[in-house]
Amino acid sequence: MTEQTISTAAVRAQETTASTPAEVTLIVNGAPTPSSCATLAELLIALEFDGTAVATAVNGDFVPAADRTGHRLAPGDNVEILSPRQGG
Amino acid sequence: MNLIEKSHDAAAEPLTLYGVPLPSRLLLGTAQYPSPAVLNAAVSASGSAVVTVSLRREQARGGGQAFFDMLRSWDVRVLPNTAGCRTPKEAITTAQMARELFDTPWVKLEVIANDDTLQPDLFGLVEAAGELVRQGFQVFPYTTEDLGAADRLLTAGCEVLMPWGAPIGTGRGLANPYALSTMRNYFPGVPLIVDAGIGAPSHAAHAMELGFDAVLLNTAVAKAGDPVRMAQAFAGAITAGRLAYESGLMEARDMAQPSTPVAGTPFFDLGQQ
Repeated sequence: MTEQTISTAAVRAQETTASTPAEVTLIVNGAPTPSSCATLAELLIALEFDGTAVATAVNGDFVPAADRTGHRLAPGDNVEILSPRQGG
Repeated sequence: MNLIEKSHDAAAEPLTLYGVPLPSRLLLGTAQYPSPAVLNAAVSASGSAVVTVSLRREQARGGGQAFFDMLRSWDVRVLPNTAGCRTPKEAITTAQMARELFDTPWVKLEVIANDDTLQPDLFGLVEAAGELVRQGFQVFPYTTEDLGAADRLLTAGCEVLMPWGAPIGTGRGLANPYALSTMRNYFPGVPLIVDAGIGAPSHAAHAMELGFDAVLLNTAVAKAGDPVRMAQAFAGAITAGRLAYESGLMEARDMAQPSTPVAGTPFFDLGQQ
């Protein structure tokens, strides 16, 4: 590789590392869950909830569906993903 | 106050909750049925126009969607509950989630004080009700016969009250009919729904005869030997109880009073010699 190519490759490697969230542990529906998802929306996709009828809360606070894309997750966040269910 | 209030001007008026007229005074829960098919048939047989539902962590992928699809196939209003919530915060967050998911401002508000009796935490209930009303919810509070709590719930903005008959799922009927009757007479203009503890259609009929506007039940139908036929039985009992109330029940007497005319009784004079 030329010096320019090595330098470009090095910058690209750094950028890739910086944009990939580190894996953290979330509590999802009561269970410790390792995740590298940056946002709640990404988490729902990773857990295969996208496209299904669910409601979400993080750390006890309701997160509307419209806000999931912008809701960034932090280590230890307690995430509730709830579905419609029979009830009395 | 005359606790034996017989005048009731609500004859033949439909049940109206938060401005919504409803064709049935039976509100039906959707839990504990032996199968989705039985649930579907029971809801149909009941004629109910309001069913209760919940939100839960999904255990099997897609299970919630299947129930949701069934729910949307019914011609009913959905009343989401906050079952299992032990604090106002939990109940408020659950209600917010339910409102988005079920697209309704209605919420059956439960804030539970005790795991064995599942009795309402009246303090938390009033607190949560006030906040939810401020957020635009139409609250159906699961409460007791306590008149003080009832006053506070109405002041907080609730327009319906749902006192228990007996603890949830016990099937014991109206544990304190005197207190329920007192509550009915104390709040004559408020829709009152007996919710919880109903076991037999006679219990539901009794609640309606006392003047309650509706009955909400789940276990009594779901756990019956034949839930579909039991749903029909409850529907009939609630209709009968309401008709009885509107017709004006006779007053109970301490002593016997002949129903057959005394005049012309044969052998009457011989018996007095």
